[in-house]
Amino acid sequence: MEGANKAASNEVNKNSGCCACSGGSCSDAKFLNPTPMLDELEHGPWPSFIAGFKGLAERTKKPMLRGVMDQLEYSYNTKMGYWKGGLVTVDGYGAGIITRYSMIKDKFPEAEQFHTMRIQPAPGLHYNTEMLRNLCDIWEKHGSGIITLHGQTGDIMLQGIEQDKVQECFDELNQQGWDLGGAGAGMRTAVSCIGPGRCENACYDNLKLHLKALKHFVGVLHRPEWNYKLKFKFSGCPNDCTNAIMRSDMAVIGTWKDAIQVDTDEVKAWVAERGLDALVNEVINLCPTKAITMKDGEMHIETRDCVRCMHCLNAMPKALSPGKERGISLLMGGKNTLKVGVNMGSLIVPFMKMESDEDIEAFTDLIEEIIDWWDDNGLDHERIGETIERVGLKDFLEGIGQEIDINHVTRPRDNPYFKAKY
Amino acid sequence: MSSPEKKWKTIESGPHTYEEALHPVVRKNYGNWRYHEIPRPGVLKHVAHSGDTIWTVRAGTPRQDTVDMIRVLCTIADKYSDGFLRFTVRNNVEFLTPNQANVEPMIRELESLGFPVGGTGNCVSSVAHTQGWLHCDIPATDASGVVKSMMDSVYNEFKNMEMPNKVRLSTSCCAINCGGQADIAVVVKHTRPPRINHDHLATICELPKAVARCPVAAIRPTVVNGKRSLMVDEAKCICCGACFGACPAMEINHPEHSKFAVWVGGKNSNARSKPSTMSIVAHNLPNNPPRWPEVTDVVGRILTAYKNGGRPWERVGEWINRIGWKRFFEETGLTFDENMIDSYRHARTTFNQSAHVRF
Repeated sequence: MEGANKAASNEVNKNSGCCACSGGSCSDAKFLNPTPMLDELEHGPWPSFIAGFKGLAERTKKPMLRGVMDQLEYSYNTKMGYWKGGLVTVDGYGAGIITRYSMIKDKFPEAEQFHTMRIQPAPGLHYNTEMLRNLCDIWEKHGSGIITLHGQTGDIMLQGIEQDKVQECFDELNQQGWDLGGAGAGMRTAVSCIGPGRCENACYDNLKLHLKALKHFVGVLHRPEWNYKLKFKFSGCPNDCTNAIMRSDMAVIGTWKDAIQVDTDEVKAWVAERGLDALVNEVINLCPTKAITMKDGEMHIETRDCVRCMHCLNAMPKALSPGKERGISLLMGGKNTLKVGVNMGSLIVPFMKMESDEDIEAFTDLIEEIIDWWDDNGLDHERIGETIERVGLKDFLEGIGQEIDINHVTRPRDNPYFKAKY
Repeated sequence: MSSPEKKWKTIESGPHTYEEALHPVVRKNYGNWRYHEIPRPGVLKHVAHSGDTIWTVRAGTPRQDTVDMIRVLCTIADKYSDGFLRFTVRNNVEFLTPNQANVEPMIRELESLGFPVGGTGNCVSSVAHTQGWLHCDIPATDASGVVKSMMDSVYNEFKNMEMPNKVRLSTSCCAINCGGQADIAVVVKHTRPPRINHDHLATICELPKAVARCPVAAIRPTVVNGKRSLMVDEAKCICCGACFGACPAMEINHPEHSKFAVWVGGKNSNARSKPSTMSIVAHNLPNNPPRWPEVTDVVGRILTAYKNGGRPWERVGEWINRIGWKRFFEETGLTFDENMIDSYRHARTTFNQSAHVRF
């Protein structure tokens, strides 16, 4: 912040007198001030966010947009950011509004407040145009009109609102079925892939589980009270299109227990079309556990050797499908680089059925158990994966009542330093 | 913020419901899809056990959108996909229609409006990225600008499917890397310890929290000009920026010394190899708005080498595992240096504990 303020005070405001037109006295002039650095991002074939912002600002003439564009141009010139946090919220909630005040409001008074409302979309990021138009209308009425679809944790981010408009904006959104997303040390908004909505590999109804689980934990999402954040992501199969294993504390990955379903006619058709070379080079040789062999001229998958990686199903989508005994694997502890370095989620529950309401209830009961353990054992600002590593996977599994399973590790330990209860 | 005239009582509803947002053909065949094909870049054809078919047209968006742009997408959806649309986790918009005749006109209209149709199969998909100077409180750069510049340069790779396998990109504005692990990632790398504002630190930061935040115990309490403050053991500091998140008076960002690094080989899927984390292959690249040409150049070199050398289905990390890091650096023209030898936790897991050597 020191550097930011210093850079700001050293710079002469090239745009002084910029607000002469804001009263509407010079209607021929552009509403926006010159932004030569940002204008460079209007060139090139990829859709330009700057062109979008400028169009919106010229149409709506919202002073906040002009102020934010001026401050962003200033950031591009000085190579520093100028937003600071604060505490804005709605009645009864402790999270969901990301507060942004300009550190250089004297220079850009129109950008003084630029708060974000995080909104939870429908699982799978599905919309109908009525929902989306409605959201746009409410947002344009109260806020800047800038929307991010979507944030990295899965929220709709309505960017740019002033504190005194937050409550009425939220009330209108809430009446249309929208609720705020998570922030701070609590449950966060979740993400789902398209799941059974369109994908042949979806091994459970991730959209339904997402909706039910996040409704179950809605209180701790709005009123954070834990050591740190906790994120769910729901992927329909081990292709993990939501990147759950890396980017969520609780990665719920669809899987199956029995044999891959094989349509032998479609296998033959695949080989007829692409040749035996492709079958060998692109399917059989790429199986990570060498579970596929040729038997009497036909492809044979040894189920006991299969680890359900998805490769052969991806290569032969018409011929191969997941087995019939389907459910989920739960991996825990995924997080990115901050402090201890990146951590992939580790397998905690190898398999759980996920078909009935009772299955979903058993799942949320388990998560409650896990959160209780984390509450007792975690430290401030420690993600659950870090707690598990510090306390020990064995103690964690005991603590939440999970039976140990060889699938929890890649191999047994390579050192003798433990105290067994002989 | 309560107002006395407030009438509406909040419903803590959580995620928006999804059933009304599903196309009727999706609802009818929910959980009963049989297979899919990619008839051309940007188009998916999904066939259900019932025999129903749904066509998906996928297009890139800037992610930092506006109500105006979203209303345009709604108009497309009303015209061609019965009023339904969805987004992917990599910020692409998708329109689902059972009517094949709508596909080509929809592609033409999307492209004429500036939305590139693509992002399917073995392409370079659009970038998972962070907020940056537009909105974040701790950014060293503007991810949206970097992404726009990168996607301009790989535009044709988004619209075609000529890579050995899919390529996922990410961009992050600080070392926390909210953009995530990806085949190729562009991430800010701080190169100097935080600069401390001793005048304000004690009034805006909780001292014990900032001390506890440091992963290498480099922060200690001190007194400067009679004021309680913190000091950083600069020999110990690893320039991670964790303290800055807890204490804004410990400024880690710097207009010149916050640089870019490029990382490769991250993979989230379980297909073939297990999910993998990324390795650093270039650093000390300048943070150079508005177009960041140095970063775009490195990403381009990696993509070219991978496109030429990767075998079918190999992701970037799998390609490198086969050819080895020595050839990776030779073929990309990048330079391996001493800073790329891990010195942090788990460093020994990256040492070559074998006599396997490539010459």
